[in-house]
Order: sequence, then structure tokens, then C-alpha cells
Amino acid sequence: MRKVLLPTLIFIATILLLLRLFYLQVIDESLKLKSDNNAIKIQYDYPERGYVYDRFGKLLVANQPSYDIMVIPRDMKNIDTLEFCQLLNIRKEDFIKRIEKAKVYSPRLPSVFLPQLNKREFAAFQEKVRKFQGFYIQKRSLRDYQVNYGANVFGFITQVNDKIIEKNPYYNSGDLIGKQGVEESYEKELRGIKGVKYIQKDKYNREIGSYKEGRFDTIAKQGEDITLSIDGELQKYGEELMVNKRGGIVAIEPKTGEILALVTAPSYDPAILVGRERSRNYTKLYNDSIAKPLFDRGLLAEYPPGSPFKIITGLVALQEKVVDEQTSFVCHHGFSYARGRFMKCHDSQISQLHNGIYNSCNTYFASVYMKTLSKYRKTSAAVDIWSKHVKSFGLGEFMGYDLPTGRRGKIPTSKTYKRIYPDWDYKPTTIVSNAIGQGEVTTTPIQLANMMAAVANRGYYYTPHIIKKIEGQQIDKKYRTKHHTSIDPQYFEPVISGLADVYNVGTAFGLGVDDIQICGKTGTAENFAKINGKRVKLQDHSIFVAFAPKDNPKIAIAVFVENGYWGKRWAGPIATLMIEKFIKRKITRTDLEKRMLEGSLQGEYDKYIGKHTVDSLLLKKPEIEAVKKEQDTIEDIDDKEAEN
Amino acid sequence: MKNQSIRSHIDWVSVFIYVTLVVLGWLNIYSSSLSLEDSGAFDFGQIYGKQMMFIFLSIPLIIVILAVDGKFYEKYSVILFGIALLLLAGLYVFGKEVKGQVNWYQFGPISFQPAEFAKVGTALALAKYLSDVQVNLKDQNRQLQAMGIILLPVLLIVPHDPGSALIYSAFFLVLYREGLPAWFLWTGFIAIVAFVLSLIWPSWIIIVIAAVVIAFFYYRSRIVDRNIIMSVAILVGVSIFTFSVHYVFDNVFKQHHRDRFNILLGKEVDLKGIGYNINQSKIAIGSGGWFGKGYLEGTQTKGGFVPEQHTDYIFTTVGEEWGFVGCIVVLALFVLLFLRIIYLAERQKTKFSRVYGYCVATILFIHFFVNIAMVLGIFPTIGVPLPFFSYGGSGLWGFTILLFIFLKMDANKVNEW
Repeated sequence: MRKVLLPTLIFIATILLLLRLFYLQVIDESLKLKSDNNAIKIQYDYPERGYVYDRFGKLLVANQPSYDIMVIPRDMKNIDTLEFCQLLNIRKEDFIKRIEKAKVYSPRLPSVFLPQLNKREFAAFQEKVRKFQGFYIQKRSLRDYQVNYGANVFGFITQVNDKIIEKNPYYNSGDLIGKQGVEESYEKELRGIKGVKYIQKDKYNREIGSYKEGRFDTIAKQGEDITLSIDGELQKYGEELMVNKRGGIVAIEPKTGEILALVTAPSYDPAILVGRERSRNYTKLYNDSIAKPLFDRGLLAEYPPGSPFKIITGLVALQEKVVDEQTSFVCHHGFSYARGRFMKCHDSQISQLHNGIYNSCNTYFASVYMKTLSKYRKTSAAVDIWSKHVKSFGLGEFMGYDLPTGRRGKIPTSKTYKRIYPDWDYKPTTIVSNAIGQGEVTTTPIQLANMMAAVANRGYYYTPHIIKKIEGQQIDKKYRTKHHTSIDPQYFEPVISGLADVYNVGTAFGLGVDDIQICGKTGTAENFAKINGKRVKLQDHSIFVAFAPKDNPKIAIAVFVENGYWGKRWAGPIATLMIEKFIKRKITRTDLEKRMLEGSLQGEYDKYIGKHTVDSLLLKKPEIEAVKKEQDTIEDIDDKEAEN
Repeated sequence: MKNQSIRSHIDWVSVFIYVTLVVLGWLNIYSSSLSLEDSGAFDFGQIYGKQMMFIFLSIPLIIVILAVDGKFYEKYSVILFGIALLLLAGLYVFGKEVKGQVNWYQFGPISFQPAEFAKVGTALALAKYLSDVQVNLKDQNRQLQAMGIILLPVLLIVPHDPGSALIYSAFFLVLYREGLPAWFLWTGFIAIVAFVLSLIWPSWIIIVIAAVVIAFFYYRSRIVDRNIIMSVAILVGVSIFTFSVHYVFDNVFKQHHRDRFNILLGKEVDLKGIGYNINQSKIAIGSGGWFGKGYLEGTQTKGGFVPEQHTDYIFTTVGEEWGFVGCIVVLALFVLLFLRIIYLAERQKTKFSRVYGYCVATILFIHFFVNIAMVLGIFPTIGVPLPFFSYGGSGLWGFTILLFIFLKMDANKVNEW
């Protein structure tokens, strides 16, 4: 018995090994494929990214070649480090550091040694590249911006980070991907599809030709050119008007929902995010937590809309038939909605809808809102009906436009108030601030612009979108579908005529343009900030919404200027100039233009935060050269972007 | 005369298998270390050239072993064991660190790994001890003494190289053959199973299983044999063991040990980091298919994808280039050699040479199994060489000495009475 144990063990063990071998070698096919992967080199052919044009066919974004120096550490042989470093203008320690990093990644796979050389650097290196075994040059294409505006519209391209590589099998390490703006939303169209070439390696790891006669190779598919609905001139003009101010402008063509301009301020020259300086510049922009140049205020800034919201209050009341055009309220410099609670108003006369709008009478709209909410026995039911009407204008939702960022804003419902007042049967007076666009209501500029588009169209809108044409295909159906508001068309006319008189006799008197009939509405929104733990009231925001012309409208616009005092002071003129620029293509009121272009609110912004030195990047100084040659260039900030 | 008797009495079957394995080993080392500039099999700058030198140098070694008087090994076994222990202990003072392990002595260009020779010393000492007529392994003191012989080198090796120390468990199979009670092996076997299962499942499942098994045996045994205290004690023992596994795993094991287990148990699949070796090894073997890619045609081998391929992972070359069929041939050769040694051991006239023969068979076998099982990904990564195959002078000579001392004893048995 004891003699048998060892031979038995030997047999059992050997059979176990044989079974395992059989499984690995005969049954498990996946290992053979993996082995092929090892012995086959995959070579990518990167197509050129699609160009970007504006709505009139003006080229906005093109490409420029860029060259990455790649290294395969295992293949490095007899490198003259000194010459190499001099050629590329890097330090020797830097050289060693980069090689170490590449080795850590993989000794036999290529890593990027030095990315994004410009033509000059490339040419110098190209001559000598043969001397440096193990190094080669990979051509990629980078963006070449034809204009110095629209950074927030375009977004930028960057190397993919690990998270994206994990999630999306299309991307490999070192690939470029669009981030933010249209580069992100139309990434798939713009990038095209990279071609893949399988190259068979022999046993000495040398390339011996294409794998299986190229049966699995694919040809690169060129990126598609896209045409944006943006009006380049208007975009540029908007950004110029917003220099030294903070805020956003969104202009939409009401008939189509096409975004004509999407301005955020402060902004930056898109070219600074190209080339070897990209990372450094991006970090600067990213770290500026005060001016927030990467924060697209047109899409992201949620604020109480203030008076422009009165348009909706009026329309809802008309639709609910609680008032008509003749219903009058008397205003005594305000509206007393509870004991000791008083909503101030600069007005003091009998207000009807028409003059209520152009005078922006708080009393009138508070009263109208009260009536709307009192129509039903239960305030909560009334709130929900009101809320539904408001939301039919696209307010309080993401809307589904084709830009990668956005905010919902807030249109309260009965649920909101249930949460705020769980045990209290609140009354219409409790929430009367909503009537004038304060209280729980917040919106973003693009929502306001869209709201104006719906008003301009007398009751419908198209989902705002920035794409006009993609080479050879129609734009998404959802951008060609009309959305009707829950307000019947006949109720728009009286409101619109009130809006027209805002320019003639109302709060924007004096801003009008000859022979364009503009309908607009001023707004002023209170705003508070927490400074050193105390709630401080900051200067009000200046808001203006408009569309023009009154009949057959061509543009709807929302302008929002942070700490701009009141509606007429900054936002109103800017909106009017934008409208004039778009419709007439030239500006007649040059004095007003000059005042807006040169005016600065920087003092206002610096007031509470001490002396914040404005980064030169934000002022669009042309001297920032994207390809400035400097030592020690690239930091990896992709991780930071990933967290973002 | 003496030489003549050697020539006629030596077991040529074993010698033939030995030579075949060494030659096959070299061919695979050649394939796995061939570089672009082929400079001939005798380029001593190359790995295959060095191995060729090691192989040729083992010829005089064999001649010396066979020439020495047959009684020499038994007579000086204790001294040889002592030298082996001294060499192991000396590593702590004079050892050279290679890849984090202090396993080497270095004399100028020659380095030397004493652990490979310590196995021979231990086998001789154990054989000597067990061949004493008075030794009966049913006696507890004798058991302790026998285990002491095994544990002495183990204690010296463990701090450097815990994996290699595992090889010494082979000697328990020898002890069993010579009368060690079976429950030693059972305990060891159950402990291993419980250890691995504890890493996979929560402790309570193991304890439930143990309770069921114990209850089963309890009720199946005759009523007079039932021992409730013993059964409960065993259950408690298993429970303590199970709970301590995690403690040992987390606190005693080093990170790379834990990683090896985790990879094996499928808990980690870091194919670029710690899992890289074993994954590449499986890919290389798996890509061999039935008949392999042909000698010197292995793409994985040539691409240098498998790290340490010429040493511990040499079997991947066999798998890739010779395929399943080639693997069967190599495995068959090993099994034949083991069985042949066991057969020879059993027919020895002296207990000394029988025990020694058994030691040789078990040591070779456990290297063989641990190495190939590791390469195939069914055993944790433990750096033990594949006998006669793996690159390395110390390894090759260690195994050669181990085997040929036995063959000398076997050839000598006609002179004994």
C-alpha cells in the first residue's frame, strides 16, 4: 500500500497537467487569437478631422499637421543623448525621466515621447531621426483655428484619458478626442474612423508585410465637415461686446431653432489649447475659479430671470382666462401681499397688460399671478397647472440641444413647495415672487433665448441646436420637430405689442434701432453671495431678452451680464447692438457701440474678492503663441480633466 | 574493472532519459534565447552557449560521482548534510542579492546557488537516519527527529525563498513510504484544501462543510469508536485554522505572495502588472495547438513576450513550438524517469539506498509538478526550475548529482551483500 502512493500521485498529477494542457492548447481558442495579437503589429491611420464652418460657409476650424515623437524603449540603441536633447531643446534629466516613464508603460510598445511638435521642430528632427534608433515620428492632425473667437462653441481636442479608453473600445492610448463644445457633441462625425492595418511580424519581431494579405485591414474614413448655425460675425461681435464683462449671450433664429451666437465671457482664444502649451494653458483656465473662463455661462448660468419672466406670467394668466387685456390693477409703488410684506414697484398708475409689460410693473404681474393661483381651490393644483404652462416653453428642463453641457434651471411645482413647507397649507401670497421671476424660479440664458423664440413664433419653438449641416446627411429629426407651447396663439399678440413698446415708451426707451421693430424686456436680478460666511448682497445682474423684427422675427436673444446693475444699463444695449448687427450687418449707433465695447465691469468684480489679477489669457492678447518653445513643457493634466 | 563494472551495471534506461531531457532542454533554451545575431551554439556570451557549457561540465561531474567508492555517500552523508547547511547559513553573510532574493554566492564570474545542492545533502542525511535499524517511524520521537532533518534546511531557506522551501514537503512522501502514519499526510492535505477554500469562500462555509464531514464520519463509525470529544476538537481545530488563514494571508504573507494567490483564484486580472507573466505564459502555450508552431517558429517565444522564459517558464517554449503532442512526449519522459527511479529504489538491497532513491524521485517529481502547474496557471507562481530543462548551472548540476549518486548506488548494489 505504501509503495503505491507515490506512483499514484505521479499519475494523477500528470493527468491533471495533461487535461490542463489539452484545455489550453486544443479547446481554448481565445489564446490563439491573443497570441496573434502579440505577433501582429497594429498600425493606425488617423484620418483628418472634419472642418467646421459657420452658417454662411466661412471656415472656422481647419487642421494643421502635428508630429509626435514616439519611442520604443527596447529598440533604443546608441543614442547621442546630447545631440538629441539639443535638437529638441529639452534637458537631459527630462530625457531620462521621459524614457523611464515610457519604460514603465511598456518596453516594447510605442509611447509618446514628446507630443505635438510644430513644423519647424519637426523638420529639424526629421533630418536626424535615422540616427536615433527606437524613435520615430507619428503624424497627427491638430486643430488650426481660423478665428480667435468661439472657444466655448468649438471646445477643444485632447488626448483620451484612461477612463475613456476603458469605456470606449474605439480609442487607444494617445488618440485624440473632442472635449466640450461641438468637438464633443459631434466627435463621431468629426473624427471619422481611423484605419487599421495589421502587420505580420516574423519571429525576430521584424515586420514582414501585411497580415493575411490585408484581409482585416480597414481604410480610414475621413472625418465629416460640419456647418454650424453660428453666425461667425455675430459670434465675434458678441464676444467683443462682452470683453471685460462676465455673462452670456444666446441668440436663436426663431423659425428654425438654430443658435446664431453663443457667447460666454470671459473667454479665450481657442488657439491656446493647441500644441505643446495646451496643458499649461488649460490648467491655467481650469484653475481660474473666479472668472471661470471654462464655464459656459450661456448654457450653465442659472439665475433668477427677473422681469423677463413676467412675459410668461402674463401669457399664463391670459390662457387661464383669469385676466384679459382690459383688466386693471392700481399700483401704489408696490404690492402688499401680506402684513408687513411689500413688493416694491417703481410704477404708480393704473396698470393694464400693455403698460404693465412696458413699465415692467411688479404690482400688475403679482396681482395677475395671484389670480392665476387662486383660480383653483387648492393652491398646489394651481401651481402645477402654472408650472406645466411654463415648462411648455422649455424652461426648467435640459431641452436636448446639441451641446454637451447644460443646466436644468428650476420651475417649481407643488412638490417643490411640499418639500419647502411640509406641514403648511401655503397660500398664493407665499410664492408670489415667482410672478416676477424671482422666488424659486431660475433659468439659463439659452432657456430665456428659447422662450423668446417661442414668443416670437407666437406659440412654438424648435429645440435649439448649433448644427446646421453635416456633410451628406440631414440633421437629427428632433431639431426639425415643432414644440407647441400650451398657450394659444391669440394670446401672444397683446403681449408682443407690450414688448414692442418697451422700446418705444418703456424701460428700454432710447435703445431702439431705426427701421427695426424690436420686442424686448429688461430684467434685473438680485444676487447674493456668501463672503466670509456672511450673506452679502452683490450688485444686481443685468438681463435683457428680445426678438426682432416684431413681424416675421429673425432673431431671438437673451443677454445676461453679471453685476451689470440693471437691465437697460448693459444687457439692453448689448442685445440691441447684436440684433442690429445680425439684421443690418452694420452698426449705426457707433457711440453706443463704443461705450459697450470699452465699458468694463472689472471694478465691480474686484470689489469683493480683493485684487484679482486678471490672467492675460482672458484678454485675448494675440502674443500668446501656441507654439512658444520652452523647456519642460508637458504636464499630464488629463487626469485632472477626467475628474472634471 | 571498476569502470567496467559501472558500465555494465549502471541503469542505462535512466541515463538515456536523462540525456534526452537535457538535450531537449537545451534545444528549448536555444530557441527561447536566440537573438538576431546568431553566433553559434558555443557563444558563451549567450544564454544557450552558457547552458551548453554547463551541460559539458556535468560530464566530468558525473564521472567523478560514479568513480567515487559506493560506500562514500553513506559514510559521509552527515558531513555532506552539515556542509550543505553551512552553505545555506553562509548566505546570510556572504550571499548576493538577485531580484530581491539572496540565493547566490558569487565568486568572480561564477555564481552558485547552494539551495540546489542542499536537497542532495538532506536526502542523504534522511536516508542515513532512516536506514538505522532502530528507527521506527511509528515512534513519536523518531518522527520528530526525522522531521527535524527536513526542517533544518527549510528554516534556513524560508526567509529568502519561501516557495522553494515548499519543495521539502516532498520528503514527507518518503517518510510515509518508510512508515510514517497516514494521518500526517491527511492532515497536510486537508490543511491545504482548507487554506485555499478559505481564500475563496467565507470562513463559515468551510466550518459548515467541516461539521458535515465530521458528523458523517462520526455516525458511520462503530458506536464504540465514536469519540465526541475528538470530533469536536477537530472541528474547533478546523475553525481556528480557517479563521487564522486570513490573518496569515493578510499579515504574514507579503504582497507579492498575496498577488500570486489572487491571480490564481481569479480575484485579480491585472494583465499588465502582476498577472502579466502567467497570462503571457498561457497565451504562449495555448497558441501551440495540437502540433505546435515548429521548432524556432514560436512567435511568442521569439517576441520575448514571456518573461523568464529560459528559466522557470521554459515549458512555454515546449508548449508553443511542439504543441500538445510535444508536451505529452516531455511529460511522458519525466514520468518514465520517475517510475524508473521508484522501480530501482524498490529493488535496492539496503534501506539507505532505497530511501535515497525515493528522495530523488519525490524531489524531481515535486519540481516537475509545481513548475509545470505554475506555468499552466493552476498553481501559484513559485520560482522552482523544471529539472534538466531550465537554464542554470546550479540547477542542472544539483539535479545531476542527485540522480547520479543514486545511479551509482544502484550500480553498486551487486557489490553489496
